[in-house]
Amino acid sequence: MSKYSVKPNLSVNFAGIESPNPFWLASAPPTNTGEQIMRAFDAGWGGAVWKTMGAQVTNTSSRYSSINWNGRRMMGFSNIELISDRPLEVNLRELAEVKKRYPKQALIASLMIESTREAWHNVVQQAEDAGADGLELNFGCPHGMSERGMGSAVGQVPEYAEMITAWVKEKARTPVIVKLTPNITDIREVARAAKRGGADALAAINTINSITSIDLDTLMPQPNVDGRSSHGGYSGPAVKPIALNMVQQVMSDPEAMLPISGIGGIATWRDAAEFILLGSGSVQVCTAVMQQGYRIVEDMIDGLENWMCEKGFQSIEDFRGLSLPKVTEWKDLNLNYKVVAHIDEAKCIGCGLCYTACWDGAHQCIHVDRVSGQIDGPIELHAKPVEVEAASRSSITVTPIPKLDGEKARQGYTTPLARVPRVDETECVGCNLCSLVCPVDACITMVEVKTHLPAETWEERSAACLTGESC
Amino acid sequence: MQELLQQKPEIAERFGDLHPPFAAQAAVVESNRCLNCFDAPCTSACPTHIDVPKFIKKIASGNLHSAALGILDANVLGASCARVCPVEVLCEGACVMHGFNEQPIEIGRLQRFAMDHFHAQGGRLPRKSDEKRPEKIACIGAGPASLAAAAELRQQGFQVTIFDKRSLPGGLNTYGIAEYKLPLTDSLREIELIKDLGVQFRLGVEICGENSLAELEAEFDVIFIGAGLGAMHRLAIPGESHSGVIDALQFIEDYKTGKTTQIAGDVIVVGAGNTAIDAANAAKRLGARSVSILYRRTREHISAFDFEYRQALQEGVRFLWLTQLMAIHSSAIGITSVECLCTEIDSDGSLKPIDDSTFHLECNLVIPAIGQSPLLELLTQCRDVQLEQGRVVVDRATGQTSNPKYFAGGDCVNGGREVVDAVADGKRAGIAIARLLEVAYV
Repeated sequence: MSKYSVKPNLSVNFAGIESPNPFWLASAPPTNTGEQIMRAFDAGWGGAVWKTMGAQVTNTSSRYSSINWNGRRMMGFSNIELISDRPLEVNLRELAEVKKRYPKQALIASLMIESTREAWHNVVQQAEDAGADGLELNFGCPHGMSERGMGSAVGQVPEYAEMITAWVKEKARTPVIVKLTPNITDIREVARAAKRGGADALAAINTINSITSIDLDTLMPQPNVDGRSSHGGYSGPAVKPIALNMVQQVMSDPEAMLPISGIGGIATWRDAAEFILLGSGSVQVCTAVMQQGYRIVEDMIDGLENWMCEKGFQSIEDFRGLSLPKVTEWKDLNLNYKVVAHIDEAKCIGCGLCYTACWDGAHQCIHVDRVSGQIDGPIELHAKPVEVEAASRSSITVTPIPKLDGEKARQGYTTPLARVPRVDETECVGCNLCSLVCPVDACITMVEVKTHLPAETWEERSAACLTGESC
Repeated sequence: MQELLQQKPEIAERFGDLHPPFAAQAAVVESNRCLNCFDAPCTSACPTHIDVPKFIKKIASGNLHSAALGILDANVLGASCARVCPVEVLCEGACVMHGFNEQPIEIGRLQRFAMDHFHAQGGRLPRKSDEKRPEKIACIGAGPASLAAAAELRQQGFQVTIFDKRSLPGGLNTYGIAEYKLPLTDSLREIELIKDLGVQFRLGVEICGENSLAELEAEFDVIFIGAGLGAMHRLAIPGESHSGVIDALQFIEDYKTGKTTQIAGDVIVVGAGNTAIDAANAAKRLGARSVSILYRRTREHISAFDFEYRQALQEGVRFLWLTQLMAIHSSAIGITSVECLCTEIDSDGSLKPIDDSTFHLECNLVIPAIGQSPLLELLTQCRDVQLEQGRVVVDRATGQTSNPKYFAGGDCVNGGREVVDAVADGKRAGIAIARLLEVAYV
């Protein structure tokens, strides 16, 4: 009970920027105006990165497209929008006003300007004079701006990123965050360059180059701008695994590691917790807000609080980065660890998805040809899927009618044991596929099997091979 | 016939869909809920073994034409079965989602979605073979069993003629299924596909008497009996011959064909099978003041499916259990009341009348629905075709009777089941006949 007695403290100090909670709005349409940001702060957001300011631009119409999946909308979202299309002076005037009214929330100015020292010095001065708590350098925008020698054109070349970061640091009095593009072979290269240039923090990831879809009626790739389209920046739930990996890569690299603001497909407190467990000091959200509005932060805040209570974490720092040591390179994994699939007969609904997955996508060690009880050991009665299906298609079935069939017709359907697949544990390689395709929670679990062999990594094994011990 | 295709607007208005069609996006969401089971229980539970997950996944991807072709390949009457099948005890009853404490996939409505699309696009049945075979097959009765057999044989290139004593094909699909399940026009639309294959129809021709059967045998190589069942059982009580007593199938036919458009007064339906429920619901929708179903036994003994019973309750039909109809009283203006007797069930399960329990109910129309008798007149005339309890005895896998030239399927074989059972019978027989003729041909 005492676990719930003290509310955990969600406030963060991110590279010197104070914020009441780690949930920030990313630099994007939800942070386009002062009015929007004030409404967001009223909803509970801990900070906001102002939609990138710089020389005024013209946007296209339309500019978004998305991927739907299984009837749900916006699994992946793509945009070809540019930086703010409002005059810099207007943005800065509003920023000053917001900072005055909301002194406790983190307000960060995202900046992008032509690649000269003077231009950067000038814009940094203006943003800081307006009252920004920090600066985020947009080195990531993958479209429109890169053609002008800005955005990802900078972020993809470590030397440019280092040079511009250094120019900014000559002038800046507030913390400087460099936002990284994922459209690069190794994100650590630019992260290291930013660190060398003196950056105080990093933010990752920006959007990923993408073509979301092509309309099969009109053959028009989306979005449609007067009969033409262009690659856009991909975001939303679909990109989270990519973002998590990149955050982990940066945070595990001593030459790149800086405070990092995690971005990419964050929609709930769970996503946020994962980013923080890999070392993020704050998280930034855009697509989820574009889909559902500022109000989503309410659940993000108390969801994270409840989880922290349950786990006994008092502050964000208590768990930040705790999962980092658990990620290693493949060569450091124990080759002598073995799990096998176990199917809970009571939970199985008899859909057979594990069976087809194992036969077609794995190692043919799940079988349906049993009619009673548990069978261990190798079974030679391995009916192939096509034989099982043919047998049931050739059966004669009639509608059960009480008048003609008596009580039999009234029997309900439960999962007969014959429909519950069994795992041949001696053949199971423990690949995990069946448990992933099973639609029922906790029906297929992976159970450890003692191999009675000492832990051994691939690196150790290949070293042993070289010394001629064993292979 | 064209006239009938123009459905009476007042009937259409009163008999709105029992299960409204899916909107396009709802169909996609629902089809994505399907797990795509291996050796799917829904497919095994379907007498025609429609590959349910296959067509559902095609709806999910927008491949609607192929979805419909997949349905039709297994069940040529896929459109009517989508609407009239008791899915609760068939495909949807077998859905693994039940084990998940979730609603089963709405397979019937998804099937209808695919089939409606197929008809809207003017889809046609594919032929399974280009071969033109000279052998001729006669099908007696134009109901689902014959239609399925005929379609299968015609698709393989054989010459098929269907005989029916009525003026429209379809049997109970056209005349006997409640309008809110399957409108008459939709039944006929579906049969057009089979006509389009080149199946010949000789309608208004009753096959009866040894002579007409002999003629048939002379003209055709194989005869398929898909004659269904005969007249409905009579009540055998005083007053039964009054014109205000009309059997349930006749009653359903009358409103489907526009002969009856309105009912006034109180209606008594006798019996508690699915047909009784259809008739009672129809009487209610046609405007009857009250509709009561009289049944000699209790709720536990009715032969109607549970969901049919619940539907009737929703429509406002009253059930009188342990009640037996004894007599029908009438005056010059028509039926005035019915005389009933209370019954009880003995410990051994037998029915026993309760003494001095007679009571009267006001009533203007009596609809008996106590089952159909077998078509003995026709069946006994089929040479060497063995019968048992009024049903044709067949080999279940092929539909062949004791006379190798005769095949049979549907209600005349199974004693009265569902449309989908008749289709399955007809299809199996069609395949077996084709194989038989193939062997003879070589």
